[in-house]
Amino acid sequence: MAEKKSLRKEFSKGIILENPVLRLVLGTCPTLATTTSVSSAIGMGISASIVLICSNIVISALRKVIPQKVRIPAYIVIIASFVTIVQMLVKAFVPVLDEQLGVYLPLIVVNCIILGRAEAFASKNGVLASAVDGLGMGIGFTAALFLISSIREILGAGTFLSGIGGLIGNDFDGFSVPFLNDNPMLIFVLAPGGFFVFGIVMALANKIAESKGKPKAELKGCEACPMAASCSIRETQDSCDNKKEADK
Amino acid sequence: MTYDKNLVVSASPHDRTVKSVRSIMLDVIIALIPALIASVVFFGPRALIIEAVAVGSCVLAEYISRKIMKRSSTIGDLSAVITGLLLAFNLPVTIPIWMVVIGSIVAIVVVKQMFGGIGQNFVNPAIGGRIVLLASFPTAMSAWTKPMSWSMSNLSGVTSASPLASIHEMTADGGSVDVSLLDMLIGNRAGCIGETCAIALLIGGIYLVARKVIKPTIPLCYIGTVAVIMLIAGKGSLSFVAYELLGGGLMLGAIFMATDYTTSPITFKGKIIFAVGCGILTSLIRLFGNLPEGVSYSIIIMNILVPLIENITLPKPFGTKKEKKEADKV
Repeated sequence: MAEKKSLRKEFSKGIILENPVLRLVLGTCPTLATTTSVSSAIGMGISASIVLICSNIVISALRKVIPQKVRIPAYIVIIASFVTIVQMLVKAFVPVLDEQLGVYLPLIVVNCIILGRAEAFASKNGVLASAVDGLGMGIGFTAALFLISSIREILGAGTFLSGIGGLIGNDFDGFSVPFLNDNPMLIFVLAPGGFFVFGIVMALANKIAESKGKPKAELKGCEACPMAASCSIRETQDSCDNKKEADK
Repeated sequence: MTYDKNLVVSASPHDRTVKSVRSIMLDVIIALIPALIASVVFFGPRALIIEAVAVGSCVLAEYISRKIMKRSSTIGDLSAVITGLLLAFNLPVTIPIWMVVIGSIVAIVVVKQMFGGIGQNFVNPAIGGRIVLLASFPTAMSAWTKPMSWSMSNLSGVTSASPLASIHEMTADGGSVDVSLLDMLIGNRAGCIGETCAIALLIGGIYLVARKVIKPTIPLCYIGTVAVIMLIAGKGSLSFVAYELLGGGLMLGAIFMATDYTTSPITFKGKIIFAVGCGILTSLIRLFGNLPEGVSYSIIIMNILVPLIENITLPKPFGTKKEKKEADKV
């Protein structure tokens, strides 16, 4: 019973409370790049989810075999194998999606979410739990992409689900939103609009998580930043702090 | 009991000014009035409607967003009125009214209030609003109208090319510009509604300098940098320089938008770096970019760099040693 309950928890945490994009702030690059239309966002979400689930299972199964020191290359090899499989399948069965995603499909190899889950979860937990974790995270990733891309496509192009027919193999070409279709706010499909919508949706997810008693996803200052050692802003920050202390 | 003001001992500061945010903003509004009149003269009553809608929606957006964020109302300081006016000045007369409202909401809610309200905005709100509109609706934002061509039956007037676009074509094809320099000076040219009349903008600028609301450093360095670069680019042609200085939104930007307190450096050295940067970017965008106009983009880029400029121009308190050496010792 306890086992079952924790599995459900592993599954549901990826959807909002530990949503990889909105709460863990991983996979930002594919998020911004593929959310210009809902159909490419769904395609990206599903492809990445499949790779995530498979790689989580295999890495978890091999976690006692892989030596600690070379674990990252080992993970990459496993992830890259699945990405290659997914890429070949996509090219064979949904070439439209391959065109839409372009370089972002092979780039799933270095997607932070997949590597992050491998490092943080699959390498420490059992096969079943890792599979469930991958499924939850994958659904969370896809849902976040769907939400962001819906806002961007509706406001920025005045359409919804445009080009989805190419993915599911019929000629349904989505909906067109009256008025917005004639006057799309182009900025939403451009990069600045992407960042803006991303920020707003992230704030929303923070608000929901906060109402459930989870802390905000906050920047932990310079200590959390990998660039901290060579960062000039930090030096000035430190000298300011020192000065304040000296003044006291 | 009465006090003799000169005998009261109190903590510093002792030298107080009667200026308040409100009085400064009121001065800026007064300085904008000549340009406002010019805009109505050249582009007709529709310009006035755009200005009224922009000011109204800016003030309303400020009021409502402060209310929702449970902060005290700041519409009394009149800064939203200026944002609205400047935004309207940066729009073409043919723009649909609902776009004006969107621009105002972006300027006030997204650029200003989400970052903490007056004094906290990271770029000039009016430019932020304009750039969002420009990136969103490029066709509506670059539909230029011939000045004085409006009538009561056709408020929008006749379309024409912006002189800044045609001067760039002229340098490419060797043709001539159909607007005389005098027309450029008094504002009888196509363009955004508030940017055309250089004289009105200069009068406003002189008023602001005389009232000590702004220092002349930024406008002079900005316009001067553009003049020098254009003199080189135009191979010494003075009329090319004059067209470039009077064309586009350079006067409006240099006098009213680059000098915004929140988004420009405090120190003299910082102001010069900021203004020269604006001038270089404006010239580069005009000469080599795809857009005919670069004032708003260059100001917004330099706005973002202001914290860094402030950092390197931090004045050294008298008698202190260089900080770096201290850090090295530790």
